[in-house]
Amino acid sequence: MPSAEIMTDAVYYGLGFVTLMAAVWVVTLRSLFRAALCLGLVLAGVAGFFLLLHAEFLAFIQILVYVGAILTLVVFAIMMTERMSVSAEIISRRRVVVAGIVSASLFACLSLATQKVLWPHIREQDVVSTAAIGQQFVTVLVLPFEVISLVFVAVLVGAIAIAAKPKSSKRSA
Amino acid sequence: MNSIQFLLLISSALFSLGVFGLLTRRHAIGLLLSLELILNAAILNFVVFGRLYGHTHAHAFALFIIALAACEAVVGLAIVINLYRHRKTVLTDQMQLLKG
Repeated sequence: MPSAEIMTDAVYYGLGFVTLMAAVWVVTLRSLFRAALCLGLVLAGVAGFFLLLHAEFLAFIQILVYVGAILTLVVFAIMMTERMSVSAEIISRRRVVVAGIVSASLFACLSLATQKVLWPHIREQDVVSTAAIGQQFVTVLVLPFEVISLVFVAVLVGAIAIAAKPKSSKRSA
Repeated sequence: MNSIQFLLLISSALFSLGVFGLLTRRHAIGLLLSLELILNAAILNFVVFGRLYGHTHAHAFALFIIALAACEAVVGLAIVINLYRHRKTVLTDQMQLLKG
């Protein structure tokens, strides 16, 4: 059905356009708060690509963890350090030019390397089901899965130890 | 254009934009935002190739990357807040405590 294909293509291109525009805003906007909101748009766009690639579980995890948890945390941190972020983004023009050249050449290298290759077409029967992922996590990948939970505990303790206010000695450097 | 090629293009564009942000931002939280862009480009690549070759481990790796990104954001923001409390700055070029 050609009309369905055109629809899918339109969804792909629209999602790509939104994602890239939001990504440009993330790195260029002066206000860090708005940049964080645009990062939320990028994450949602990537989650949309996951849905198009039949990775529904990952799409929901992306929304849940990235947009729900990490972004909220980042917004809180921006609010707590807000006084600094007003005059923060005054950078020299030379640095922007150099960074632009570096990242543009990086993009050119990556896209030249990947666009010439003839990738096989996506087949319908290659969809990875959520049940298969769960099966992997309790059989083959059980050790990394447990190590990740250990890392979570370490991060929790470490973050509390770093960010907690010292009780008695008030240092003012 | 093949959809795989389009997605790879998106992913490399996200990666390059993240590198641009890392090179230009002065605010430490801005650096974290750019890092999230780079990690998302990596995840997108993993999922695209997992879909292409029907491999489950790609999704598992993407999940691990998301989990570790959460950890990295938590520790990074804790460090930034502590630094702001002690040194009254969040600008990376003013963090020179360990500079010899």
